[in-house]
Amino acid sequence: MDLAFTRKQQLFRQEVREWLIANVPAQPLQTYDTEEGFRQHRAWEVLLHRDRWTMVTWPESLGGRGSDLIEWLIFEEEYYRAGAPKRVNMNGICLLGPTLMEYGTPEQKARVLPRMASGEDIWAQAWSEPGAGSDMAAIRARAERRDDKYVINGQKIWSTRALWADWCFGMFRTDPESERHNGLTFVLVPLNSAGITVRPIPQLDGLPGFAEIFFDNVEVPLENRLGDEGAGWSVAMATAGFERGLMLRAPARFQEAARRLVHLYKANRDTADRDPAIKEAVLRAYLDAESYCLTTYQIACRLNRGGKIGPESSTNKVFWSELDQDMCATAISILGARAELLPHAPAAVGVGTWLDDFLFAQSGPIYAGSNEIQRNIIAERMLGMPREGRVPS
Amino acid sequence: MNFTFTEDQLLFQATLREFLVNEVTAPRIRQSWDSDTGRDGELWQQLSGLGVVGMTVPEACGGLGMSELDFVLLAQECGYVALPEPLVNTVLVAVPLITGLGGELAAQWLPKIATGEAKAVVGMEQNLVVEDAHIADLLLLEREGAIYALTPDQFELEHNESIDPSRRLFRVTFVGDVEPVLSGPPAAPLIEMMRNRGALGCAAQALGLAQRMIELSVAYTSERRQFGKPIGSFQAVKHHMANVAVRLEYARAPVHRAAYAIAGELQNAALAVSHAKLAACEAANLAAKHSIQVHGAMGYTWEVDLHIFMKKAWSLANTWGDPGFHKSRVAEFVLADGDFIGAGTTFAKH
Repeated sequence: MDLAFTRKQQLFRQEVREWLIANVPAQPLQTYDTEEGFRQHRAWEVLLHRDRWTMVTWPESLGGRGSDLIEWLIFEEEYYRAGAPKRVNMNGICLLGPTLMEYGTPEQKARVLPRMASGEDIWAQAWSEPGAGSDMAAIRARAERRDDKYVINGQKIWSTRALWADWCFGMFRTDPESERHNGLTFVLVPLNSAGITVRPIPQLDGLPGFAEIFFDNVEVPLENRLGDEGAGWSVAMATAGFERGLMLRAPARFQEAARRLVHLYKANRDTADRDPAIKEAVLRAYLDAESYCLTTYQIACRLNRGGKIGPESSTNKVFWSELDQDMCATAISILGARAELLPHAPAAVGVGTWLDDFLFAQSGPIYAGSNEIQRNIIAERMLGMPREGRVPS
Repeated sequence: MNFTFTEDQLLFQATLREFLVNEVTAPRIRQSWDSDTGRDGELWQQLSGLGVVGMTVPEACGGLGMSELDFVLLAQECGYVALPEPLVNTVLVAVPLITGLGGELAAQWLPKIATGEAKAVVGMEQNLVVEDAHIADLLLLEREGAIYALTPDQFELEHNESIDPSRRLFRVTFVGDVEPVLSGPPAAPLIEMMRNRGALGCAAQALGLAQRMIELSVAYTSERRQFGKPIGSFQAVKHHMANVAVRLEYARAPVHRAAYAIAGELQNAALAVSHAKLAACEAANLAAKHSIQVHGAMGYTWEVDLHIFMKKAWSLANTWGDPGFHKSRVAEFVLADGDFIGAGTTFAKH
């Protein structure tokens, strides 16, 4: 065990830091849940890509740096420290990207990954359906094979920023006779295809951050299928695994939030300390963010040495999403009567981004597999508790 | 950056685990409750034979000359079986303290400790009572900032019974005139070291205890049937145990980092230890709370083994610094003037 960074890692950190100082916009971008903000964030992805920072763990041939997970963690630390913009293509680079690298044909990788890395194609997910949320095996949207193409019909929902994204990826039922996990196929669909209608769904903050997608005889070529026909479930589980796993939420994100929370508390102690629970919550936020960081480093080091992530990765999602919620709730308590005010309200002094953070934190335990589902996975696959009897549909 | 243990460290852990699981069974622990000393000389000799007792004793004194980092995984295993013997305090606190005091004391005692011939026991004022003082051949005691090294003729004991029958606790009074071996400013760093090492030992054991309570609960709820099904198949029961698993999963790395910080005498050792103890003991307390719940009435009995582990977890949470002590150390760091927390600071040398 050696918990010091190597010279190479220190130099890498230095390089990231200098690049960010030179390039992070002085004015924060508009939220990426608006059309203009989305455009600004896409431009930021293009800039990141110019100097190969979109995804440092990707191979150099795909616009990355061939970094290991420790360098990725360092990159994220500097990124959050610098207050750099949010990443608009996470669904692509964090979810579809790694899945493509594992299941894609050489042709697919060459066609999709460089345009993903460069921000030319922003990706949306098309998993959930009105009748298939936590129970993803209840998917009904059909992809019917006709000659050299699939014809897709059905509806997907909760697709983040699908209103402005270029492509979506998701699972469709290719075998109409099939049930549950069988007969599903993973397909990539251009969102400008004929027959697609994307309808915005206003989120909690009123912005059209997610959408539903209607497919009406949408034709996509067979080469847009990822993995074998009917093998969509196992391909999708790999995606879900990456998502739950390390890379969706870097510890740096929560460590910076904890840092902001400590500053907020220090600046407001005269009022905050009237509630003795607040100090305790602030300390807990700091400690839990540190625990998340330490644990992630430990897992990353194990993976670097050839280890694997098992079902214990489901603990990750529960831990960070609930930490985030608690942290934001504490900030809201400290802000007191100011907390409800939108940032542009005249009396909203020193409120930072906490209200937005608080709203978004409410979604954490829901998206990427609800925490109830995660707890079932932890209990059954990690601890070995008996599976509950599921009623076949 | 390498946050992993070596093959040797993992092998030592596996070896000790196998030994302890076979030897330190629940019936044997229950037997020890009825014995005079509550301690098992034969077991201690076996542990010495494995090299574990003298693990941190310098090689020149007959030990293995290994570090706290080498021992931390073994301390987890001691927790896993709720080992009544004072192995963790001996290896993590007493031996390094004697080594730190050095001189005649170290030359005289360390070789005997390594062979299991003599037992050294440690106590601190903040702990109110001293664990295992009744079997001490050498008692190292901190009082008002001074360190005493006493032989049994120099102290008297008053037994204080614990809710955990495995723990033997005593108040110590000096007999006659007793001089400290070290006092004043030179003693301060050694006392701070005692405090941190003792707390690290609690944290590591708490990890093992939490793991064990999860396993007992999973086994019980897989067997016990109600409504025609194992109760472990119900989500309300599953989610209790999943919550424990989450807290435990994120408590391990802080404990390992604390061991690393102590072994390397890093400046942030005190903070790392307080973090580790709070996280690990919280996981163990949560394990106790949910384990007794999923055991139902059986969990409230003397007969079912769960209480062996619960009581140890409850005790460890409040010894070697209670949560208040460790939280105030964290608060002192986090709320100090300046800006030294946040992304990228975790491995910085504060």
